[in-house]
Amino acid sequence: MAVRAADPRDVATTSLKPRKRRGRRRFTRRDRVVLTLMLGIPTLLHVSLIWFPAIASVVLSFGVWDGIGGLGAIKWVGTQNYHEISSNYPPFWPAVQHNLIWLGFFLILATPIGLLLAVILDKEMKGSRLYQSALYMPVVLSLALVGFIWTLIYSQDDGLIDNLFKIHTDWYGDSSINLWAVMVAASWKHVGYIMVLYLAGLKGVDTSIKEAASIDGAGPWKSFRYVIFPALKPVNIIVLVVTVIESLRAFDIVFIVNGGTNGLELLSVLIYNNILGEASRIGFGSAIAVILLIISLAFIITYLFQVFRKEQES
Amino acid sequence: MTRSMRPTSPNPRDVGFPVSRRTLLSGLAGTAGVAGIAACSSGSGSSASATSSAAAATSAAAAGATSAAAGGATSAAAGGGAAKGTITFGSNGSDAVPKAAYAAAMAAFMTANPNAKVKTNTVDHNTFQTQINTYLQGTPDDVFTWFAGYRMRFFAAKGLAGDISDVWAKASGFSDGFKQASTGDDGKQYFVPIYNYPWAVFYRKSIWAKHGYTVPTTMDELKTLATKMKADGLSPIGFADKDGWPAMGTFDIINMRTNGYQFHVDLMANKEQWSDPKVTAVFNNWAELLPFHEAGSLGRTWQEAAQNLGKGTSGMYLLGSFVGQQFTGAAVDDLDFFPFPSIDPANGTDSIDAPIDGLMMAAKPKNVDGAKALLAYWLTPAAENAYLKTDSNDVAANKGADTSGYNALQKKASELISSTKNIAQFMDRDTRPDFASTVMIPSLQSFIKNPKDIASLQKSIASQAKTIFASAG
Repeated sequence: MAVRAADPRDVATTSLKPRKRRGRRRFTRRDRVVLTLMLGIPTLLHVSLIWFPAIASVVLSFGVWDGIGGLGAIKWVGTQNYHEISSNYPPFWPAVQHNLIWLGFFLILATPIGLLLAVILDKEMKGSRLYQSALYMPVVLSLALVGFIWTLIYSQDDGLIDNLFKIHTDWYGDSSINLWAVMVAASWKHVGYIMVLYLAGLKGVDTSIKEAASIDGAGPWKSFRYVIFPALKPVNIIVLVVTVIESLRAFDIVFIVNGGTNGLELLSVLIYNNILGEASRIGFGSAIAVILLIISLAFIITYLFQVFRKEQES
Repeated sequence: MTRSMRPTSPNPRDVGFPVSRRTLLSGLAGTAGVAGIAACSSGSGSSASATSSAAAATSAAAAGATSAAAGGATSAAAGGGAAKGTITFGSNGSDAVPKAAYAAAMAAFMTANPNAKVKTNTVDHNTFQTQINTYLQGTPDDVFTWFAGYRMRFFAAKGLAGDISDVWAKASGFSDGFKQASTGDDGKQYFVPIYNYPWAVFYRKSIWAKHGYTVPTTMDELKTLATKMKADGLSPIGFADKDGWPAMGTFDIINMRTNGYQFHVDLMANKEQWSDPKVTAVFNNWAELLPFHEAGSLGRTWQEAAQNLGKGTSGMYLLGSFVGQQFTGAAVDDLDFFPFPSIDPANGTDSIDAPIDGLMMAAKPKNVDGAKALLAYWLTPAAENAYLKTDSNDVAANKGADTSGYNALQKKASELISSTKNIAQFMDRDTRPDFASTVMIPSLQSFIKNPKDIASLQKSIASQAKTIFASAG
């Protein structure tokens, strides 16, 4: 609903016909049972699978626990984990920084490239189907596989780049460039994804407004900037959310490359390293998870806030 | 695939087998390679043995050569039918080779003890390891696979493992090193060693002969040799630390050569401080050797470094004997090794890393007598013969085990282990796993990147160690 309501045209139509259809209704007993079941089961699942683990993580983040012994073995230490993470855990700040760089890279480079490709391919040029499939191909691969494919390209001893150009750069090992090398690999996949979302959006843009724009004398850039792009607003929002989520949850590709160390630290990897595997620093890892949750929430809440505000205004 | 699900562990099965396309192809050509691939089928194990395909090539020969004497010892050692009932066995040997090896040895036990039945529950290697905490707190099997080292002593101290000192009292054929490695903090034994594999400096005989290199026995000789190799256009010391754990082997050996075995043990237990000047000395010694290490190590896996040793672009390579997996056919015979040279004459070369894999008993096994009989059997050479007949990639822990089927490298590895006074388990088995994986991997990588700033690195490690060791456990 939020997405649709944000569309200016929708807003226009709804404001013309104020909706006042919801009155008081009487539910029969059967209705109540059905409603209870239909609401109750999803709510139960939602609470047990989403709220419970999330809140449990927050609670655990205030304790020290190695997973041995019952819950009674947890030593509650207040905010000590958070203090340790920020002051005595060298990989933490680089990880935050890398997550933000990742987000910025996707927002500023990868996503616009996806949009550009979509606009170009929307022109129905010769062979556009072929290009579409080629560009979309990486999207169906898992990021872990993408990491592996690019390992073959980047390998310093017998990789593709090494063989073709004789550049002996340690793409994955040199911590000053490996983040960028990995982001290029991840973008390879991300660009295709964004491209398809925008292509679908572009197909949905009414051709009459494009024609109207060209009749009014708008060039390709102006008609894109002032007519087509605003009409893509619902897609833009989806793309923004997808990009933020993809950037913050990035994990598999760096894990495949080097386990998320040496310049590729990400918050998700730190959580994994601390909680899973043999480390079992459950409280410490949970605290990092909570920090990632807060960062994610900051983006999501800002977004929701804006959408709801606009809805109210209309 | 390229790497394990876990960041640490000096483990071949873990890190996967022939990883580069080249190895894969060349491996397919020979039997050894096929054995290697089969062994890595489940890919993501960890901390287990070195399943060297090099050794696998000779396993067929070994299989036929097991002595009749060993067979005769089986029934006597296995208690002559004393064990009764069902004994459950939790195995992490999910790969084809160890799975078959455990099955063979257990079958031999059941033949000797017709009233006993061993029920094996095999769990994926990596899963077994990550779930060990919950496994031991739930309803663990009577006997289960594990590794010597900190984690073993930790489980013993937490009361999650059974005391088997009485079984050990009757055992023979083990050096003090093995007994020590099987002993918990309370002085009792909790672990049955089966096999291990040494970390040493590997090189190719033909390349050394061509250039007239000789085995260095001191740090100075090593540096002279490395300088000579550099002049000959080689990367003197092969090196790879993309996965984070191989550098631990280098740190361990330089530490033990510089400060001795006891300091290693105390440092791993955080009884010695990471800010100690002795640790500075280790890093300084390492920093002197670092210019001779193969460049770009943080982007290289150990398999690739082993390939470079095979290609002759690097002169020598410090790794566990599982490095042999990357060599096939004639290249295996060309491979040789020597213990890392002495640094402080007071310590000489009296310690090495030689991780031991073996068995433990649950704290409250359902069938105590059966479990102890089974473990008593595993302490005999007969059990090791039965096991190594199928998995002949490692070196038997018991001196009495039949070694006639060993290849040259195995024989030499066995001699090195038995002649070495102190056997360490490797950093990530000798210290807390959380410390090894979350602190030491990034710290050693940052040392490799910037060997100049040792003081602040030590400070950072020490302060992280303080909080981790202060926490429960």
